[in-house]
This record gives sequence, C-alpha cells and structure tokens, in this order.
Amino acid sequence: MIDDLNWAIGGEAGHGIDSTGKIFAQALSRAGRHVFTSKVFASRIRGGYTSYKIRTALVPVQSVVDRMDVLVALTKRTVEENLSQLHDKSLIIYDGERTMMKDFEPPGNMTSLNVPLQRLAEEAGGAIMRNIVALGATCAATNFPISNLDESLEKQFSRKGSELVENNKKAALLGYNHIFENYNPSDFGYILECTDSTYVLLNGDEAIGMGAIAAGCRLYAGYPITPATAVMNYIKGRIEHFGGHVIQAEDELSAINMALGAARTGARAMTATSGPGIDLMTETFGLVSMTETPLVICNVMRAGPSTGMPTKQEQGDLNTMLYGGHSECERFILAPTTVAECFHKTVEAFNLAEKYNTPVYLAGDLSLAITEQTYSPDEFALESTKRERGLFLTETSELEPWLNTQGQFKPHADTEDGVSPRTLPGIEGGIHMVTGLEHDELGRRTEHPPTREKQVQKRKRKVETAIEQENFDYREFGSPDSDILVISWGSNEGAILEAMDQLEQKIRFLSFPYVFPRPDISEAIQNASMVFVIECNASGQFATLLEHDSLSRVTRILKYDGIRFSADEIAKELNSYLLPEEVVLK
Amino acid sequence: MSTGANFADFKSDKKPTWCPGCGDFGTMNGILKALSNTGASPENTFFVAGIGCSGKIGTYVRTYSIHGVHGRALPVGCGAKIANPNLEVMVAGGDGDGFSIGAAHFIHAVRRNVNMTYVVMDNRIYGLTKGQYSPTSGTDLKTKTSPSGTYMPPLDPLALALSSQGTFIAQAFSSDLKRLVEIVEAAINHNGFSFVNVFSPCVTYNKVDTYQYFREALVDVNDIGHDPTDHEAAKKLILDSETEYQGILYQNPNSVSYEESHGLDSPMWDLSENPPEDILNLLREFY
Ligand SMILES: Cc1ncc(C[n+]2csc(CCOP(=O)(O)OP(=O)(O)O)c2C)c(N)n1
Ligand code: SF4
Ligand SMILES: [Mg+2]
Repeated sequence: MIDDLNWAIGGEAGHGIDSTGKIFAQALSRAGRHVFTSKVFASRIRGGYTSYKIRTALVPVQSVVDRMDVLVALTKRTVEENLSQLHDKSLIIYDGERTMMKDFEPPGNMTSLNVPLQRLAEEAGGAIMRNIVALGATCAATNFPISNLDESLEKQFSRKGSELVENNKKAALLGYNHIFENYNPSDFGYILECTDSTYVLLNGDEAIGMGAIAAGCRLYAGYPITPATAVMNYIKGRIEHFGGHVIQAEDELSAINMALGAARTGARAMTATSGPGIDLMTETFGLVSMTETPLVICNVMRAGPSTGMPTKQEQGDLNTMLYGGHSECERFILAPTTVAECFHKTVEAFNLAEKYNTPVYLAGDLSLAITEQTYSPDEFALESTKRERGLFLTETSELEPWLNTQGQFKPHADTEDGVSPRTLPGIEGGIHMVTGLEHDELGRRTEHPPTREKQVQKRKRKVETAIEQENFDYREFGSPDSDILVISWGSNEGAILEAMDQLEQKIRFLSFPYVFPRPDISEAIQNASMVFVIECNASGQFATLLEHDSLSRVTRILKYDGIRFSADEIAKELNSYLLPEEVVLK
Repeated sequence: MSTGANFADFKSDKKPTWCPGCGDFGTMNGILKALSNTGASPENTFFVAGIGCSGKIGTYVRTYSIHGVHGRALPVGCGAKIANPNLEVMVAGGDGDGFSIGAAHFIHAVRRNVNMTYVVMDNRIYGLTKGQYSPTSGTDLKTKTSPSGTYMPPLDPLALALSSQGTFIAQAFSSDLKRLVEIVEAAINHNGFSFVNVFSPCVTYNKVDTYQYFREALVDVNDIGHDPTDHEAAKKLILDSETEYQGILYQNPNSVSYEESHGLDSPMWDLSENPPEDILNLLREFY
C-alpha cells in the first residue's frame, strides 16, 4: 500500500477551487513529492459543486483512491459529497464565521479545524485570498514546510506584481499560524516530507499540446469544447514561437477543413475536439482519408450522447472513431494510457499520419485531460523528438520516379506497400489534384471498376504495411504467467495498476494504447481462465472488439456514471470475481 | 510580374463535362485568364473547388488543387493560405455550396479577410442534383422542389458580404469575359478576402435566370461612375434590390489581410528533424 495523503478543496463553481488546488499541487511537486490530481466540476461557471482533489506520496501515484484525509470545505455540501470517503482521522478545515458553514458539526470522530479564512484573508489584503489562507492552514495541519507554498505562490502570481505575491504569502502565513496557535498539529498524525527530487507537473491536455509543438505541428485549428479546449489554450501563445499558428474556427466543420488545407500544403496540422465535434468532422474525415492527407484529430472524450455530460468522464466514442464516416476509410486510432503517454502518442500520431498519409485519431478523455500528474523531466525528451515525414518530396528532382509517361505526378501511385508519395504546392513538376471522389493514380475522378478496386486495395495495404513496420503493442504488467487476464484501453491503466496491489491473486494486465490497429491477443484470451475488460462505457465497446478478434467471451467491468474508476473500485470489482464468496462478503 | 505562364498552361487535359452552353465554361475561362494575367504560375496556385457542377472546375484546371466535400471549400483555402502565404489561393464553387450548406464559412471567411479569392459560380439553382431551388433562387422560381415558387426571398450574397465587413465585393457575368477577367484580376490583386459572385447560367435547369435575362438586366457600375472605395455609395448599390449590378461594388483600399495582421509570411511545411533547442522551455514551465 502506498503511504499517501489525500487532500481536497471543495465549494461552488466560481470559488476559485481549481486555481487553489493547482497552487497546492505545484507546492507539493516542488517539494519533491509525487502528485496525482482529480477534479469534479460542473459545466456552469457559477454555482454547482466543484472540487479539486490531490493524492500525494513519495512514490509515483497514478490513480485516485476512495479516501479523504484532509478536506477544505467551503460549503456544507462539500462535506456531504465526500462523506463516504472521510474517516475518523480525517481533518476538515472550514470557516465557522461564514454563513454557509455556520453551526457546522463534523461527522463522526473527525477533527474539524475552524479557521476564519475570510477574516484572515481580509487582514492580508483581500477576501479573495481566503483559499490561500486555507492552504496555509493545510501546510500547518500536515507538517508541510510553508516555504514550498510560498514558491508556488511566486510562480503563480509573480507576473501580476510583487505586492500580490507578498499579500498571498501573508494570507498563507496567517492560516498557518492560526493552526499552530489554536491546535496541536502533531496530534493529527500527518507529515508531508520533502525530497530533493525534481518533478514536472502537467495534465493530459498540456501533454498533448506540448507533444504537438515538439512534433512540429504548425497549424492548429479548433472550436472550443470541454474537455479539449485546454489543448487549444495551451498551444495558443506557444506555437507561434516555433513558426506555427492557431485559428479559432467558426465550427468543427471548418476546423478540420482548415487543418486539411494546411496539411495539403505540407504543414503538420491538427485539430482537437470532443464527441459532438467528432460527429461534425466525420464527413471530412472521410475526405482526409480518401485524399491520403496526413492529419491528427484529437478526441478528448466526454460523456454523451448529444451534449451528454460535458464535464464527465467516458470512453464512449470508440465505435464512432472506429466506424464513423460513410463507407470504409483508413485510419489509425491511438489512445494514450497516461498523462505522459499523451505526449508520446501525440508525437507518434504525427509521424504515423505522415508515414502513411492517413488521418490519425488521438483518443484522450476527460480524466487524462484534467489530471495533473508529476513526472521526472526525463520522461519528456523534447529535444530528441523525431519528426518522421514519410515519402515527402520537396524537390523537383525527387519526383522523377513518381511521374507517369506524360510527366504527371502520381499522388496515389499504386505501390507495393500501398504508400504513395506526397509533394506540396509550389514544387515545379508536382502539379496534381486530389478529390474525395474515387480517383486514379493521378488523383482524377474515375468510376472504372478495376481502378476503384486497385485504389481501395492500395489504401488498405498502407495499414497492413504499418502493422508490419510499426510496433503497435500493448503495455504489459503483472505476472506474465497468470491465467487471469485483465485488459483495458486508454486512461484506466493507472487505476488498474494500483488495484493490482489490493488483489490476492496475481494477474496479467495488458494495457492498450492502440485501438486500431491493435495487437492480436486472441491466443492469450483463449488460453486464459478468466478475461476481464475494463473500460468507461456502458456496452463494453473494446470488449466487443476483442470478442470479435478472439471469438470468445470476456467479462466486462464497466463504468458509465461519469466518474473515472478509482483503484479501490477496480480492486473490489475484480475481487468479487476472484475471491471466494465468503471473503468478499467480509 | 509575369512568369510566362499563359492561359492554356492553367488548363488540364481533362475535357469539361458541363452541358453545352453552361455558364461555368465562361467563368472558368475568366478565372484562368485572370490568373495568368496576374503572373501567377500553375505550380504556385492552390485551387479549391466546392461540390456541384461548378465544383468540377477543380478537375479542369492545371494547378495544385483539391475537390473537397460540399460546402467546405473556404476553410480548406483558408488553412492552405495561412500555412503557406506564398501560394495564390483560389476558391470556386456553386451558390448552394457557398450560401446554403457552407453559408457559415462564407460569413466568417469574409470577416477573417485571409488573402484569397472566392468565385461563386451563381446559377440560382442546384445543377448537379438536377434542378432544386438554391438560396439565390428568386421567390417565383419554379423548380422540382418549388413547383409553385420558393415562397422565400432570395439571399443577397453581396449584402451578406457587406454586412460581414467584406473588403472586396464584386459581381460579374460569365459571358462578359472582358469584364469578368478585369474583375477577377483585381480580386486576385486585392490584399484580403475577395469575393466575386459570377452569374453563370444553368441552361438545363434554370429557364429564368438566363443569358438573355442577365444581358438585359445587368448594369455595369463603371457606366454609372461608381467609386468602389466609397462605402456609402457601395452600400446604396448593394442594397438596391431593383437592379443587378456588374463590377467591383466595394473595395477597401486599406485592407490588411489576416496573414499580414498576424505576421504570417512564411510557409510552414519545412521542419528540422528534431525540434530547436529552446523547445525545452516548454518543459521548464512545468517545473
Ligand atoms: C453533404 C452533402 N449533401 C448533399 C450533397 C449533394 N449535392 C451535391 S452538389 C449539391 C448542390 C449543388 O448546388 P450548387 O452548389 O449551386 O452547385 P451547382 O451544381 O449549381 O454548380 C448537392 C445538394 C453532397 N454532395 N453532400
Ligand atoms: S446542369 Fe446546369 S450547371 Fe450543371 S453543367 Fe448543366 S448547365 Fe451547367
Ligand atoms: Mg448552383
């Protein structure tokens, strides 16, 4: 079991919950502690329950757990929302002078720390800093050196002037002192130690944005949508330094077409959206595939259908990404399994797109998007990011082997491996057209049956070539010899890894970052005594795929209530199958 | 400036399959003549075609070109021009493509003012789908889907462009080649988004908006001494629903293109094998 501490601040949307949580997460990261954060947020800007939860430990943490040790409650509802996770040793920090917390009684034997957050904030220079007072109080209650918080405050506010930084530090100190003056923190039993380790702290959307810029993405076109907006927000203001540009399009139809236009000129381009936007982009996705244009389309999934639950977790778009679009068209689907993998898979998506002149879906989800996680900086070797551009011909002299007898360039040359060359406007001798209509090697419309067949086969062959040449493998964990097989795709990896510690039996866990093409594990499925597929949707879309692959049944462990799996939930679910009944009942 | 490319260099060896007499022939010739007059080269031109009879133009031109999905030609052109401002970007499509399914893109392309040219081959009908009414069809136009008229006023493309703060708004006629070429040439030379609505009669499905009709109805703004830089005067002509005009109705001489205002002046396709060293600054932010 990991020696961890779970802290959260909760209140209403508009209370600054998010930025407060981020400041504390940053302080912990700077203190050389690992951090894994999660959020509950409402799609309203004001009102509605919101919280920011941090799990911190000296070792890497990769999941949420169902336990709350220290809770900053700005509203009574915050306590109600977390009741099942609070325990006898939990601390609740609240402001008893505020009407919304008046007459608050802590449930059970918990300790409540009454801190006049508002009054102390006003003393420090403004009521707006009351959450910072709470952070100061948190440092005292958890024996965490407040200097780390000071550093984080500097990072957060230094751009807005030194006075603001000093006021915030003062607010933190007042909260810190209040605890020591009125309570005895050593009684609480919480000690947040520091280390000399250096970590970076980032979320999945930021990792995708950083990956895109490192991969050389130059044109980002997008239309705002939760939870993909943060990708655009990250890229905007940073990509320009590397010669790129962000366009906010009038809708997703436009966004993907802008990205397509840029890609046709040879630029690396991408768009990011969520389910509703993917639906709008689908027709053009077919065009991208048909014209053999390299493009990265990021789908940061959320709960649907329709507007669904915009701020809730789901992995419900697997079928849409796999089958969406009329007729059949080539694609790759990558699904990063961790925040760090969001970076790596983004880079890979750009390379695959250009090596095979094919659109690539990069499937993130809300959980990855909003999770801030610590990593060693070595995890992101930005400077050695490789841009593999495929058969990209930028000189007239390179075109020669790809011209027909009349000297016309063949953008859809019918090659053995299915991969055709790509050139760009401006290159003499490379003039050609592309169209969404079926076409010959020159890109010209045709309905000639043998040519149609040839081009369809050629496009399919590209994927076969990719399967041969690329390493579309799963990530393997646990005991390779165990005949209990647990399988998942995308963001559930961390929770499953931590759940494994809570299982009596040894299992073999295969985590899939590749949805299509994906490794063939039919044999492993057929040979296992039990196969569990864990995913966040109601029908088990990935499970169904694996059943088709292996022609055998699997057991689905599904979640579709809008909240990610916790390690505890997965352990409980698996144990309900793996342990004898009596043990489970206990 | 001339690269020596002439009109014929811009034509592919594919023979158009438009109906004999279709206005699209004249409009295409006008566009290609104008391109060659401005000194553009086929290599450096990126042609984006919509879907419709008009959209077939993408096959008949000899430039780098793309024939996309119905209604989305403008965003493709916009992305291409931003990613390579050195290209001459020409977008052409039908009235249904541009003002119905793609109407939102039209409004925002006008506002965005990316330096490219948009020619709508306006026949006031859906040609390719064999004769349904289009957004520019007259109220009384009887078509397969409006057997007794559309019961809707036609959309006014010029007024839409004006209200979206267009910087170049013009109208031409496929069979007045001389004026068509002049107007499209000016459109290409304009620094910003240039919109030219070109009446291109459909001889098969529209028996009202015919060559003869336009020949008689059109009033050339040059003949009435119109100053296209005079916004007020342009507004009067554009909002005058009694008369159909030919010519440059409005041109903002101070237009600044999107690319210029964003400092975009170089192509984006070239990449080093690894990122530049200061890419590490991205990571430093997360410490
Ligand atoms: C999404 C979609 N809907 C419908 C169509 C069918 N369609 C093709 S062209 C067209 C209308 C063409 O009218 P217009 O743009 O005026 O072009 P014209 O043929 O008159 O030149 C339609 C409805 C399509 N190709 N795609
Ligand atoms: S149907 Fe009309 S628009 Fe289409 S080619 Fe024939 S004349 Fe031209
Ligand atoms: Mg039409």
